Amino acid sequence: MKRWLPLVIFIVLVGFFTRGLFLNPHEVPSPFIGRTAPAFTLPLVGNANASFSPADMKGKVWMLNVWAPWCGACRQEHGFLMQLSQSRTIPIVGLNWEDKDREAAQLLAQTGNPYVAVPEDIDGRVGIDYGVTGTPETYIIDKAGIVRLKHIGPIDSDVWKSKFEPKLKELGA
Amino acid sequence: MIPELGHFALIVALLLALTQAILPLYGAQRGNLTLMAVARPAAQGQFVFVALAFGCLAYSFLTNDFSVLNVAKNSFSQLPEVYRFTATWGSHEGSMLLWVLILGFWSTAVSVFSRHLPEDMVARVIGVMGLISVGFLAFLLTTSNPFERLLPAAVDGNDMNPLLQDWGMIIHPPMLYMGYVGFAVAFAFAIAALLSGKMDVAWARWSRPWTTVAWAFLTLGIMLGAWWAYRELGWGGWWFWDPTENASFMPWLAGTALIHSLAVTEKRGAFKAWTVLLALIAFSLSLLGTFLVRSGVLSSVHAFATDPARGAFILGFLAVIIGGSLVLYAWRAPKMITGSGFTWFSRESLLLANNVILVAALGSVLLGTLYPLLMDAMGLGKISVGPPYFNSVFVPVMAPALFLMGIGPLARWKEASLPDVVTRLKWALGVALAVGLLLPLTLGGFKPWASLGFFLAAWIALSVLAGLVDRLKHGQGSLMNKLSTLPRGFWGMQLAHFGMAVGVAGIAVVANFQTERDVRMDVNSYAELAGYTFTFRGTTEHEGPNYRASRGTLEVSQNGKQVATLHPEKRTYNASGMAMTEADIHPNIYRDIYVAMGERLNDQSGAWTVRLFYKPFINWLWFGAVFMMVGGFLAASDKRYRIALRRSEAPKNIALQGA
Amino acid sequence: MKHVLLALLLAVSLPLLANEPASVPVDALKLAKPIADDPVIEQRMVNLAEDLRCLVCQNESLAGSHAELAEDLRREIRGQMKAGKSDKEVIEYLTTRYGDFVLYRPPFKPVTWLLWLGPVLFLGIGGGAWYLTLRRRAMPVAPVDEKKLAAAAQLLEEDK
Repeated sequence: MKRWLPLVIFIVLVGFFTRGLFLNPHEVPSPFIGRTAPAFTLPLVGNANASFSPADMKGKVWMLNVWAPWCGACRQEHGFLMQLSQSRTIPIVGLNWEDKDREAAQLLAQTGNPYVAVPEDIDGRVGIDYGVTGTPETYIIDKAGIVRLKHIGPIDSDVWKSKFEPKLKELGA
Repeated sequence: MIPELGHFALIVALLLALTQAILPLYGAQRGNLTLMAVARPAAQGQFVFVALAFGCLAYSFLTNDFSVLNVAKNSFSQLPEVYRFTATWGSHEGSMLLWVLILGFWSTAVSVFSRHLPEDMVARVIGVMGLISVGFLAFLLTTSNPFERLLPAAVDGNDMNPLLQDWGMIIHPPMLYMGYVGFAVAFAFAIAALLSGKMDVAWARWSRPWTTVAWAFLTLGIMLGAWWAYRELGWGGWWFWDPTENASFMPWLAGTALIHSLAVTEKRGAFKAWTVLLALIAFSLSLLGTFLVRSGVLSSVHAFATDPARGAFILGFLAVIIGGSLVLYAWRAPKMITGSGFTWFSRESLLLANNVILVAALGSVLLGTLYPLLMDAMGLGKISVGPPYFNSVFVPVMAPALFLMGIGPLARWKEASLPDVVTRLKWALGVALAVGLLLPLTLGGFKPWASLGFFLAAWIALSVLAGLVDRLKHGQGSLMNKLSTLPRGFWGMQLAHFGMAVGVAGIAVVANFQTERDVRMDVNSYAELAGYTFTFRGTTEHEGPNYRASRGTLEVSQNGKQVATLHPEKRTYNASGMAMTEADIHPNIYRDIYVAMGERLNDQSGAWTVRLFYKPFINWLWFGAVFMMVGGFLAASDKRYRIALRRSEAPKNIALQGA
Repeated sequence: MKHVLLALLLAVSLPLLANEPASVPVDALKLAKPIADDPVIEQRMVNLAEDLRCLVCQNESLAGSHAELAEDLRREIRGQMKAGKSDKEVIEYLTTRYGDFVLYRPPFKPVTWLLWLGPVLFLGIGGGAWYLTLRRRAMPVAPVDEKKLAAAAQLLEEDK
């Protein structure tokens, strides 16, 4: 019977490999799902006197979009975020990440601002606290301040329909 | 025109490969000599056309034909000629073409050096290799065509990755492929044996030299990869247990077990099932490696641009070839007659233990490489398995095999005498223990892993000596006469084992006693490391063929005496703007002095951050691997494999005379 | 070595003797400073970072990568170590934020038992297979037949 063992092991491996073709080994899963969103207080872009903190959004379901002016993929999703903000679907806070050249204000003035607030995280420490590894990354945080969803990469209408809409319905946004 | 010619040649090659596969295999089943005779010319023809295709692609690169997509993506007009040539295999498509070319080469070699083999066996071996060629040629033509056009043509190319613009690129891929594509021959022999139901000692004798030569090439290929990474990457490391590195190492482990298993099957007719299974596994691991590196299922520094569609094709191909071979194995295994018996302490039992350990080591590497994928596929989350895991696990598993390496060659076949072996080796054991315990102390402090490494290296080396002395005792005539009559197989084994000892010693020293320093160096400042003084004399700007470089000058001295002047560079490549550090090394038998430029500091002083490395005994790793390779070639050229050739030619001549 | 130190001493003392800044003689060399402020912490950080993954690279350690996130994280680790945190605490800090994915040395938990115990298991199974195979093949030690031994010796002579 043990002569069939190599074949059996191989078949099991092929099963795993087939599954593996649909996965992305680079996607870092978020350990924050189900945990309270880490607290922070950051000044706003272009207005150092004002600040933003996640506590400000308690009681609302909101979206935290991590972006940067030098990020190409962020420009891709910018149009979609503008649509979202205009249709008042969900408040979007744009965490400006690692913007060492401070280009955010100018860019938003040029292309439009979909955000209700734009806190600036120049040295990236808040990003580290959130486990950010690149841009764009987007979190959905619920009324009690708990992270419910994290999406890596730009958002478009397909991603919105398949991933975000069901979650938002669940949370009663 | 030329690219289209190349494309056409590939199509012809595919048709020839189909012929090479189907007709001889069918003919062998039916005993039809005419169909079986198609094998040799078909294989040779296929090779000619693949070579033609390869030539066309190389020509496109050498002439900077940027209307070919592959050339535009991977080359650049200012790229030095030699790298324009190596760019032929610098991409997924090109390297697959190299794979197929080398497979064609091995098929042709088998077709030429097999006059002494029975026709049905030759037909089956070449036929199976033809099947593999069919799969890869189909893969090339359908998903990875290297001759795809880019119209309108690009003005210039995207340039070759600077890391590839090195000596290593010229020899590492071809040698590596000679190795693990070469295991296809052993695989084909195993399938032929399973199909015919005949698996006698003669089969082992025929397949052994092919396997050993492939193994020797693979040893060289892996060593070249490590050596290249060491020189090129600038962080002083030479092995990262990256999935691609493991993809070449696992076939090597299986191949090592295979050549030892073949020894038993040839000498004693035992371990037949083991040997066949190992032959299937070695090549299956080669194919698996091809899949892992090109499909995107694993994260690797080395991975080609990944594409799940290509991954799916290779996986399907893998499933057919490997799955088919394992089904054949399960079906035919009982037919293999168990060989002769042997006692608990005999060369056979020691070799069996050796193989068990090698397979356990292989399993561990495979487990570590695939575990992240297994967990992710089952939705259990994502983890990383890196060098800390592999280093912790591999060394303890392999150590017993290294210890057995000292005993096995001195044990007799069938029934060895333990007291006898102990007598011959007890002084070796004593000296090795002393070396293990005391040597680290002279180098800078006791380190348990270093001790283990030194002990094993000394043990193996002394056992090689003991084996030589032993063989020389039983013989006739003068010492010279005795030495010259020792068979090459024996010399090959001794040299290969000795090479292993050298390699292990090198690793033990460099892993435990290397030092480095990261310093900020102003012009005319100095730093010290390992008794050497490094004086930085600033940088000069240079223009290379396709890059601009800041070339540093470091004078290295020891006790006031000048040892070397090193010129590490920080280069910026013109086409891509990519920056790269090109370390400079002063090698000698005992150590490498390795210097890499870091960053230019922002002030106007001309200061730089510089990384200095002291790498003791690092070159022993490369020497060790070369000894192993030479040992392999020596063993494969043993006259008993050539006598068979001569003996079988004689009857043919007689037949002709009689006719 | 001695000459260098002497030259250094001279170079340092010269400005004290002169009124205007002295030009540095060619063979008066400065000792290069390590890049890190605190070499002990730096070594600790590098040792730890070698076992951590650079999250934005294809497969590189945090110690060797030049990526910006890697530099940020190294800076973060340095800071934490200076603040007195232990290696274990730093690792926890990172895994809370990035998950176990950031560790190149997988933790030993139920889901990785098979990974860590696998090699031992393989050796054990292999050892068992070795034992069973030998039991099957083991033959009693045969008594030596003097006549056969002599005949064999003769054949060996002929073959030479």
